[in-house]
Formats: sequence, structure tokens, C-alpha cells
Amino acid sequence: MTEEIIIAGFGGQGVLSMGKILAYAGLMEGKEVTWMPAYGPEQRGGTANVTVIVSDAPVSSPILSNYDTAIVLNQPSLEKFEPKVKPGGTIIYDGYGINEPPTRKDIEIYRIDAMDAAAEMNLIKTFNMIVLGGLLKIHPVVQIESVLAALRKTLPERHHHLIPKNEEAIRKGMEIIVKQ
Amino acid sequence: MADQEITLMKGNEAIAHAAIRCGCDGYFGYPITPQSEVLETLAAEKPWETTGMVVLQAESEVSSINMVYGGACTGKKVMTSSSSPGVSLMQEGISYMAGAELPALIVNVMRGGPGLGTIQPSQSDYFQACKGGGHGDYHLIVLAPASVQEMADFVDLAFTLAFRYRNPAMILADGAIGQMMEKVVLPPFKPRRTEEEIIKECPWATTGRVGMRKPNIITSLELRSEEMEIINNRIQDKYRKIEESEVRYEEFMLEDAEYAIVAFGSAARIAKKSIEVARAQGIKVGLLRPITLWPFPVKEVCKLAGQVKGILSLEINAGQMVEDIRLAVEGRIPVRHFGRLGGIIPDPDEVVDALKRLF
Amino acid sequence: MTREEIIEKGQVVYKKPTLLNDTPMHYCPGCSHGVVHKLVSEVIEEMGMTDKTIAISPVGCAVFAYKYIDVDWQEAAHGRAPALASATKRLWPDRLVFTYQGDGDLACIGTAETIHALNRAENITIIFINNAIYGMTGGQMAPTTLLGMKTATCPYGREVSLHGYPLKITEIAASLEGTCYVTRQSVHTVAAINRAKRALRKAFEYSMQGKGSNLVEIVSTCNSGWKMTPEKANKWMEENMFEFYHLGDLKDKGAEK
Repeated sequence: MTEEIIIAGFGGQGVLSMGKILAYAGLMEGKEVTWMPAYGPEQRGGTANVTVIVSDAPVSSPILSNYDTAIVLNQPSLEKFEPKVKPGGTIIYDGYGINEPPTRKDIEIYRIDAMDAAAEMNLIKTFNMIVLGGLLKIHPVVQIESVLAALRKTLPERHHHLIPKNEEAIRKGMEIIVKQ
Repeated sequence: MADQEITLMKGNEAIAHAAIRCGCDGYFGYPITPQSEVLETLAAEKPWETTGMVVLQAESEVSSINMVYGGACTGKKVMTSSSSPGVSLMQEGISYMAGAELPALIVNVMRGGPGLGTIQPSQSDYFQACKGGGHGDYHLIVLAPASVQEMADFVDLAFTLAFRYRNPAMILADGAIGQMMEKVVLPPFKPRRTEEEIIKECPWATTGRVGMRKPNIITSLELRSEEMEIINNRIQDKYRKIEESEVRYEEFMLEDAEYAIVAFGSAARIAKKSIEVARAQGIKVGLLRPITLWPFPVKEVCKLAGQVKGILSLEINAGQMVEDIRLAVEGRIPVRHFGRLGGIIPDPDEVVDALKRLF
Repeated sequence: MTREEIIEKGQVVYKKPTLLNDTPMHYCPGCSHGVVHKLVSEVIEEMGMTDKTIAISPVGCAVFAYKYIDVDWQEAAHGRAPALASATKRLWPDRLVFTYQGDGDLACIGTAETIHALNRAENITIIFINNAIYGMTGGQMAPTTLLGMKTATCPYGREVSLHGYPLKITEIAASLEGTCYVTRQSVHTVAAINRAKRALRKAFEYSMQGKGSNLVEIVSTCNSGWKMTPEKANKWMEENMFEFYHLGDLKDKGAEK
């Protein structure tokens, strides 16, 4: 199994850290993982994206031409990555950030209103975990337990009290993702 | 952190952890994107409290490389890291160290140039790293990692080679390898050498006249031309030995290949994916990945010229290593170059297209 | 009578320090370098640091200092000696580490390395020979060349509109938090030589006591570059150099309680 994922949105939406948690969870399951960010000033307000590959076999290229799954959290990212989803692949988009939804017929399209849910729950900072929950619902690339273990591993001790909130967010995402 | 722990980290972070673990005595550096995590990680790890490693942020790359020069004079395992514009500033010191025959490690996490250029990945410092860079007839031993694991592994390897030949070594990575995170098994802890061990292993080093031995003098200066030629010839003899003994490379799907891609570092990773795609389309292509860029795998490329119909040099630059491939091939088969510039990394499909278009 | 016979009879009133070897110096007759080399050698010997000293030589007239003083030497690139010294001292903290630099090396091309090494409070000593001219390359203008002074690159005399002002880098050094002892000396008379030696000893001792960085400037002559006899050069220095570069301690934090 190899899952090639692009996560793209605005800087500050937690795109890079969501990818990192996913990669770390894969690592905890003994998988091969690569996390390749588009780094630089984009991290501070512009568009941000990260390629995450989770595989049972060694990963060749960290840079990809097309993806199994694209998670797009704003309009420019959708425009950039919709054509790059493999036929039969998946797009997950956030309804808040996208005005013109994807149109391709040869891929599966899912909508997740993560921003609205995060606002409702008063947990804006867990927005990216809601999106991750949505991904894990439709593509269980890693187990939710591995994600929680990854959070324990990567979050500084002083933030460990936030892990239950993150779990809540992941489960919320699993609930609210809808096929279009 | 326990030995053999599998962890997820950036290439730059792996360099820092590997340095602490391989018994490095000192790191001297100056922040520059995309490699600042090396110094940041060292500062956070505080190795001066554990292994006793010195970590110092210098006032410039000029100063960092000269701190490395000073440290290397004393037989200590010292290193610096930077990215392209910073490494340009270091060329004076690198030339002095090559002339004075000193072991040290310089890491270049390349970004696109020329000038201030871009902070995105590039491999456009191949010439600078492999053909001299600074003034005078000299070579660095140049290692090109293609994964975060190799970033970690090559630190110790680079020091080993540097001390074996009393020559500066360089790890030539790029922004992609520096910034991406992968699974990495960190090397086990190796203690730093004691001062007594250094004095014994490096009888040439300026450690103070211990036991009132004759003074040791480290210099690259010799105004008498006849003497300077002798020194140069000795250094060139050393380079021939390195060329004979230290060539490292990886072969991938070359057995039945009709075409070959030669690529190093992150370009080699892209090449592997391209090869999967091309082979699915019936194009029999394989990869030769130079791990040492200097010494370059001349014999291996030469041999390849007897097997395949053409070689594609895939580089994230305007065509630099392609010159060494052509020298090795001696005109027997077509050698083409494909690359992207300005910090853009070619994607695997583009490489397959280039293969089809150029041959 | 041989030298050995004289020594046996206890008639030695003066001898050069053992650390100063017999290699003929390339310095011009009348140059201050020879005297400072001797003082440095004496101080190292008297401190019993011969086997624990690592010295850094510059690019400039003193580039070959390593040929004359029998300690371990590193020959730095132009201006970079304080960077080498910083790393060396941090890696070998119980060694006596000093640089020996001229005005072009220290106050021009190596200004950044000088200022930052001093301000990092590296436990080193910088010996600064200021003769207001580039001696080695044939008498060009230095950062410390006085206004009106003629050199190969200001043949009509240094003037502000063309060349700016001479640099008092020692005053800058004294203003840095990282420096412990900053002094300006000369070696043109026996009394001055004795004072300079005491200054060097103090600087070396402070650096071994971990009190911070130390700068000992020696205002010197360059009779070849100045195109004067040694005697005239000394006189010219007294009349002109000392007026701009005042002798004495600028800072002695080590002496404070």
C-alpha cells in the first residue's frame, strides 16, 4: 500500500503540522513515510502545502507529479491540485475555503465543513485535526490510535492536556465528511 | 535519546543529531535558509552539557569557516553548515584548509542562485563543490545524500574520510533533503576523542608543544616555488589515491537498461519514480547515482557507455555534472541534460517526457 | 673565548629567550616586530606555558612569526586570526591562545572578526602591531594611517575627503563589554619595552584566568614604509603617532575588585 497525499491551504491553517502528525502516525505503525513541505515565506500567510507519502515500501521520490488524495483548504490550492489527482483518486475540500467546488468526474470528491465545525466547537486551533479525521474516515491510512500516539510524541509535555480535544476533533471530522 | 531509535525528522535536524552522536568536537555556523535547523537543533540539544561539543554562532560565514579552520588545526572534529550564498563566502577558508591539508566537514544545503537567488532547492553548486570553488588546485571529498537517513549517516562517513586523507569533506545536499522529514535511524553514540587520543592520532596538530616536542605549524604558505610545487604534487598524489579508493555510487534497475539516468541527491529520488513510470510504458531505463560527486564514478559511467544507448543527466541546475559524464563517456553515446532552474524541482512525469524527447 | 665559556663564568647580563630561535628574521632593521617577538617569547617562557601555547599568525609582515617563536602556530587567512583563535580556545580551554596581527589585518579586512571575538569575551589575547602602514605589500595606506601621512596609495598624504579618518580600533575595543584588558603600548625605549612586557603578561594571565578578551596594541614604526632611518622613525612616532594614539591602559577590568 502506498498513499500519496498533498495537503494544501493557507499558511496558519495547520497544513504542515497536520501532515507531520499523519507522517508520524505512519512511522509509529512501522511504515515508510516522507513529509516534503513547500517551505519558505509561504509558511507565513501565503499558500502552504506539504506532500505526505505513507507506504509499506521505501519511498522513491518525495516530489510527485500526481496524487492519490488532495486535501485542499482554499481556492488557489484546489485550482492547482485538482488536475493533479490520479484518476480514481480523491479530493477532500473544506466548504468554508472553497467557493467553486471541484468538477472532475473521474475522482471521488468529499466535502468537509471543518472550519464551521471548529468554530462551533470553539476549537479553531483543531481545524486541521478535524480535516485529518475526515481523511482517516475515507482512507484509513493510519489508525486513530497511532495519531494520538504521534501527538503524545510530538507535542511538548505542557500541551498534552490538549490531546483529548484533538481526539474529539478527529472524531468530529469522521462524522461530518460528506461525499459529493 | 536511546541508541537505534527510529524517529521522524528533517534532513537538517538529522545532520545535527548525527554530529553530536559521532563525537563531533565543534560546530561553527551562521543562520541561512534552508539549513538554519542545523544550528537551531544543536542549540536546543545543548551538547556542551552532554558530550562537551562546542556550538558557536559566528558573526558571518567567513568567520564560521575560519573557526572551523582553527579547530581543524588542532586535530578536533569540527564542522560548519550553510547554504549556497554562505558557502560562497566560505570559499577562502575552504581553500586554505585544502592547502593546509586539514580534516573538516562543510555541509551545503543548496538553494537556487546565482546571487541571493531563491531559498528553494537547487543543485547548482555542483561546480563550486567539485571543481574547486576557491582558488588554487584542490578538491574536496564531496558526498551527496539522497535521504534523511543518508544525511545522518554521511556525517560520520565524511569525518572518517576527512581524517583518513587530511582533507576537507563536504556534504552537498539541497533544500529538499534538508527540509523534508523521513524515517531515520540515528547512529549510535560514539564518545568524543580525548585530548590524549587527539594528540596521538594527529601528531601534526597545533595542540601546544605537549612533552616539549618540536613546534607544529599549520600553514598553506610557501613562497619558494620549488617547495610549493613539491607540496602541490604531494596533494595531487593524495587526490589520485582518493579517486582510486573512495568512489561510491548506487545502481538501480541497470541490469537490462537501454537508457540510464545519472542523478545525485534529491534528483536521484525523482529519477527512481520516473524509472517506475517509464518502465510501465515499456522504456527500459535505470539509474546510476553517484554518492561521491568527487571523486566522480568515472569508471562506472564509462562502463555504462558500453551498455546503454544514451545517458540522461538529471540535475536541478542548468547542466553541471553532465560535463563530468561526457568526459567519462568520451563521446561514445549521446549524453543529454534535463533540469529545472530557479528553485523548481522537476517532477517524475517531466523527467519521463524529457527521456522520450531527448533520445 | 667561546659563548659557552662566557656563560660558564656567569658573565651573562642578557640573553634572548630560548623560545626565540636562531632563524634570521626577515624584518627590516629597526622594525618593532623583533622586540615584540622577544617579549612574547619571554612572557610565554616565564609563565611556563611553552607546551600549552597555540599562536595564530596573520597576513602581513608577521606572517612568518611562526618561523621565529618556537610554539605551535596556525597561519590564518588575512584578517581571520581572531576566528581561528576563538575556536581554538573554546576547543582547548586550558591552552594559552593569542593572535599576532597588524593594522591592515586587524583593523581593516578583519574588523568583523576582531570586534566579534573581543565582544564574545573569548579568553584570548590579541597583539596588535600598529605602524599605520601596510609594510608587507610595500607601504600602502592602512586604516590607521594618520591624516597627512604619505603612503604608496595616498602619495599626496591621507586626507579626509578622499580617505576618511584613521581608525582608533583600540578605543572601540575598550568600549566592548567582552573585553577585559585593553592597552596601548610602545617598544621604542627600554622603559616602554618593560611596560609593554608587563602588559603582555597581564593580558596572557587574564586570558588564562577566563576574564575575557584582551587587546594589547603596540604603536610601532615602519622605517622602510615611512622611508626614515630607525632613529628618525622613532622620533616621528613620538611626535605624531602618540598624539593621536595615546599610550596607556584604556581598560583593566581584571584589576577591578
